Amino acid sequence: MITELTHGVPRRALVLLALLLVALLVAPGLVGDYMVSILVILLFQAYLGMSWNLMMGFAGQFSLGHALFIGLGAYTGGVLFVEYAISPWIGMAIGAVVAAAAGAVIGTLGFRFGVKGVYFALLTIAFAEFTRILFDHWEFVGSSSGLYLPVANRDSSDLWNLRGSATMFYYVALGMSVACFLLSHVLLRRRVGYYWQAIREDQDAAETLGIDTFRYRMAAVMLSAALTAVGGTFYAFYYNNLYPETIFSMHRSIELMLGPIIGGIGTLFGPVLGAAVLTALGETLTHMAEGSRLDGVKQIAYGVCLLLIVGLRPHGLWPWLRRLLGLEAKS
Amino acid sequence: MSFELILNIVAAGLLTGLVYGLMALGLSAIFGVMRVVNFAHGDMMVVAMYGAYVISTGAGLTPVQALPFVALVMFVFGFLLQRFLINRFLQATEHVQFLLLLGVAMILTNGSLMLFGPDARNIQLDASFESYSFGPLLLDKVRVMAAGLAGLSAASLWAFFRYTTTGKAIRACADNQLGAQVVGLNINRLYAITFGVGTACVGAAGSLLLMLVDVHPHLSTDFTLLGFIIVILGGLGSLGGALLGGVVVGLSEALSGILLAPSLKSMFSFGLLILVLLVRPQGLLGKRA
Repeated sequence: MITELTHGVPRRALVLLALLLVALLVAPGLVGDYMVSILVILLFQAYLGMSWNLMMGFAGQFSLGHALFIGLGAYTGGVLFVEYAISPWIGMAIGAVVAAAAGAVIGTLGFRFGVKGVYFALLTIAFAEFTRILFDHWEFVGSSSGLYLPVANRDSSDLWNLRGSATMFYYVALGMSVACFLLSHVLLRRRVGYYWQAIREDQDAAETLGIDTFRYRMAAVMLSAALTAVGGTFYAFYYNNLYPETIFSMHRSIELMLGPIIGGIGTLFGPVLGAAVLTALGETLTHMAEGSRLDGVKQIAYGVCLLLIVGLRPHGLWPWLRRLLGLEAKS
Repeated sequence: MSFELILNIVAAGLLTGLVYGLMALGLSAIFGVMRVVNFAHGDMMVVAMYGAYVISTGAGLTPVQALPFVALVMFVFGFLLQRFLINRFLQATEHVQFLLLLGVAMILTNGSLMLFGPDARNIQLDASFESYSFGPLLLDKVRVMAAGLAGLSAASLWAFFRYTTTGKAIRACADNQLGAQVVGLNINRLYAITFGVGTACVGAAGSLLLMLVDVHPHLSTDFTLLGFIIVILGGLGSLGGALLGGVVVGLSEALSGILLAPSLKSMFSFGLLILVLLVRPQGLLGKRA
């Protein structure tokens, strides 16, 4: 098991990853509460980025509507907990199944009807927006006035019901991110990973070689949807309130994919690096913008940074940083 | 529900739809020639509406009189944007182009937010409360004027692509880029002109729409999505299709607003988008790629 995970990974990369993991494990003991809450957001973004990257980065299927899966996971977990007192861990699993089913619907329709590239991305947006308005009018889930979870007691931690301190959420997010990272790593080295990359590079060629491209694209969409939904349940229990307007919005889908694009699409560590860069950037800009009393300064600076990154490192930051650190895998 | 009411709603929807169509024309022209999906389209629309607002209130003009100035400024903006920024990314992958235009979009929308704040702004016209009546049909004077000018702008755009040398050269680029280069067309200049023409459409549409709806910075995402729905519906790259798509969306918004609930109107549009993507991805008037 361990040998399969480490086989072919440069020793230096293993050492650095181990150091990073240790640093993340001890971090809550060393930094203040505010910093922990920032790190929770960072890990959460990294997790979502990796889930999206699985579909876009590995299998080449462009989704602009991942907010749909976050929302489905969040609402499934939230409603089951509020209405039926079902543990979020079970809600997570059910939410993942619901989201995978939604992914299957979009995938089946999109792939069977030959909707590709930008058109497929628009199809995913359309489904997300359609669902947003649907939830806005659905009384059972609180319609547009929102769904509220009973506010967590921050002093005692109840892991089974995900009610507790920011530190508890931190370790949950860390566990999810590590699991998603390992899963991506393992899948990339299995047959399915090679099939995905073949499809990403040239779908017709992959088809000619006998790969069942429909089946493997479906697998990518459904797995990515399920993982994203798990993140959605986490979101619901961390923030305790859900509004269709915010959780299904296109801004959320965009936010989710910025990390992997900036870090490096299709790379393992890119989404993590991208999430770190974006969180650091967002925090710095918030502090700088506090002085000026103008709305939107932060967002403008954010936009300028996007232009700089895309202009200077169009393939993302990680492939460049990886070279600097001498972590190129030897093949 | 009376027949008169529905008739009036339908007419108003059709007229507003023509202005939507003009906005989407710009998106369609830019995609048709350069294969760039302009994710900043709605943000440009917001900028154009504020431009029309500033010129109208500052110089005491009506939005109609402000239209040529706004269109001109937007043309120059689009021309420069394409020439110095987007042109360098034409060969880049879709998600890189997406990120680029997202950066542009954030700067535009938040720039508007900084300058004008989050409150809605509108223009009061003398003609706002006047209307034409034809039997049971009552049409707002302003809406008729906006739709008429949108139609006129679209017609002049069509004439530009059909009859002028530059317009023909642009169509040649769209059909066969390599061929266009071989016969000596300056494609960088033509692309910049196309982008400028596309944003000028937005400038015109923004000026006209300001007479019908209030403007605030957060409209941008709605406009971008609206633009996508319309051009996919009509067929990406087809100019007539964009106008037809605009009218269909205007009509469906108006009808679902009155028959179901106003807040459901965009759900109807997205449903329509899903249906068209699946059944007729080339759009109503588009050609199979």
